[in-house]
Amino acid sequence: MTADNAWCLISVNSGAGAEDIVFAEEIVLLAVFADIHANRQAFGACLDFARVRGAERIIFLGDFVGYGADPEWTTDVAMGLVDGGAIAVRGNHDNAIGTPSETMNAEAQAAIEWTRGRLSALQRRFLADLPLTLQEDDRLYVHSEASNPSRWRYVQNTSDAARSIVATSANVTFCGHIHKPALYSMSSAAKMTSFVPTSGVSVQLLPGRRWLAVLGSVGQPRDGNPAASFALYDTSSREITYCRVAYDVEAAAMRIRENGLPHWLADRLLVGR
Amino acid sequence: MAKLSVLSGAVIDGFTIGECLHSGGMARLWSVTRPGIDVPLLMKIPRVSEGEDPAAIVSFEMEQMILPRLSGPHVPACYATGDFARQAYVVIEVIPGKTLFSRLGDLPLAYEEASVIVGKIAMALADLHRQNVIHHDIKPSSIMFRASGEAVLIDFGLSHHNQLPDLLQEEFRLPYGTAPYMAPERLLGVRDDPRSDLFSLGVLLYFFTTGQRPFGESETMRGMRRRLWRDPHPPRKLKADYPPWLQEIVLRCLEIEPVWRHPTASQLAFELAHPDQVKLTARSERLNRDPLSTVLRRRFNGSLLQPRAKADLAAQLASGPIVAVALDTTEASDTLNEALRVTARRILATVPSARLACLNVLKLGRVTIDRTLDEEGNNKHIERLVSLRHWASPLKLDENRLTVHVLEAVDPAAAILEFAAANHVDHIVIGARQHSLARALLGSVSAKVAAEAACTVTVVRPPRLASLHEPESVSEKQEEASTRPVARTGSSKGSPGW
Repeated sequence: MTADNAWCLISVNSGAGAEDIVFAEEIVLLAVFADIHANRQAFGACLDFARVRGAERIIFLGDFVGYGADPEWTTDVAMGLVDGGAIAVRGNHDNAIGTPSETMNAEAQAAIEWTRGRLSALQRRFLADLPLTLQEDDRLYVHSEASNPSRWRYVQNTSDAARSIVATSANVTFCGHIHKPALYSMSSAAKMTSFVPTSGVSVQLLPGRRWLAVLGSVGQPRDGNPAASFALYDTSSREITYCRVAYDVEAAAMRIRENGLPHWLADRLLVGR
Repeated sequence: MAKLSVLSGAVIDGFTIGECLHSGGMARLWSVTRPGIDVPLLMKIPRVSEGEDPAAIVSFEMEQMILPRLSGPHVPACYATGDFARQAYVVIEVIPGKTLFSRLGDLPLAYEEASVIVGKIAMALADLHRQNVIHHDIKPSSIMFRASGEAVLIDFGLSHHNQLPDLLQEEFRLPYGTAPYMAPERLLGVRDDPRSDLFSLGVLLYFFTTGQRPFGESETMRGMRRRLWRDPHPPRKLKADYPPWLQEIVLRCLEIEPVWRHPTASQLAFELAHPDQVKLTARSERLNRDPLSTVLRRRFNGSLLQPRAKADLAAQLASGPIVAVALDTTEASDTLNEALRVTARRILATVPSARLACLNVLKLGRVTIDRTLDEEGNNKHIERLVSLRHWASPLKLDENRLTVHVLEAVDPAAAILEFAAANHVDHIVIGARQHSLARALLGSVSAKVAAEAACTVTVVRPPRLASLHEPESVSEKQEEASTRPVARTGSSKGSPGW
């Protein structure tokens, strides 16, 4: 390519042209939810918050149920939203509903057994049929991490993050599972950075590097902050904003106790651990 | 991806490329124009394309993230950014003139001039730190000045933003920066302490006042590490006439442990603006470096080497505010002055690095020629200073946390506001004027200050005795209270409606 051609190319692609107007219709603000865990109060509060912020589409990163006391309501709402165009992948707790052999700790196991009895056949089918991963444009959605989604490994550090990033062709991967928000990037020289996001402050996911956005949990945050956690992602500016939403934690904890679920599952909501 | 070449006359995102102004190792600077933007613009384009020198790419990425978020007179305004996917660039306003590097031939500068320059840079740093950014490359070539006098910080390629991913975090094995100016903690990988910038500024102040760099020019890691235990020669050893107050400031900036430096850039600027108020410690008198025993202890038990928790920049800045108390030493009642002291004590108790500036305005007549001496021949200015210190003494503050100032002005409110703006005061505490007649005639100083100050203002009133209330007004207040809607805060327990 000659130098003249080079700058012509830049000129054609720049400025306000007809192609920008076409693009404007494609701009989508995504609301990304992970680990709702049948917490109706937290899920409702995050949905309201996302609507107010103008989210146009919802992405669910799995674990709709388990731990919390409102699995029917949570699954029904999710099914309705997926019917309306939301995207959802399967988490390990969703998987355990249809696969009793899934290994879990005692409290999680107790909650899963209880949940299984509450869900209708249709709801169980919905959870079991969810895919493990979904790719859309340059984005990958997965519950745990991309290198082996069915092993449900946690992303706890930069080496875990690197393993996930190199396993996918996607530029940005969104995952949950660990219940603590984090943002990892890999430079073109394969150097990693990690970052604990500040809620409400947008971060541009620079196209020159590859990103793993680990979502906090909507329904059972474990980073010491009891507020529900989700993220907004602007596909046009490539900006991610981690959000924290206050919700009626006492009511959610009360529902867990009333339903005879392990009390620790209620107590931990109050402290976000 | 095809590498796009940039040439004069090309158009990138509406910006027409003009001439190449500078061609450096990391980036080229082009003058650019765009219809609708009147100020002269500069496009900075990194020299590398994707996949090449990681240092240049990462620095550019940091600048691209940070610059658009900054505002104010102390940074160049950013108009646009483009990324590596197409053509990486940032467009910023042109700051006319040269960087401070151009003054290197004039060193050493006069003490007064150097301290004014460094005071301006400290103000700029305070503004940057408030925007959650640590510069990490403070040196003469990163500093310019607007025609109006404000220092402008440029080059944010090594900066750290407390609320954004730090892309330099794991990128390089060695700390990246300019060796002579780098703070000791940076050598240990610490990138989240704003006092690292104060150290670099101390190096600059030392260099500009003595003509020598305090830690030499060594670029090797071994040479740089010496500053973890070895302190520089006190400036007074190099120049016998070095002012003690200036040495106090310089050596405090160059403290090895960040905690011994000024808590904030604002406090450093404050000291540079008020040399007569600098609390002199043993630092100001020193003629020699620390004895070998101290150096060895530092080297082998260095507390800097201990692991530490990640700093919260905003919390750290908030821990070192400048609080100004405006006192009326002549008219105000003892009860009001006591109430002011109680309020000041409450504020200082919660923020141990706060410093207190006690202000008094010596009112000048609009037409009369004021004499500095009163009828008895006493110096009014000094009397006021004494009474300010007297007021503050029950607070039992360290001298380095307390300053007293008598401002001479026709308009007291304007003088207080001006002091607060010039010294980056974070919080003004002021008493409400007592006598309603005086307030009616002169207007309320506290009301004007509260309305116009850029910072928080607390207006203090002495506690009122119940017997002072008229019976009617009491019942009115009660009624008002009972009809006031209940604030909806806290838990929603017991309110099933919502």
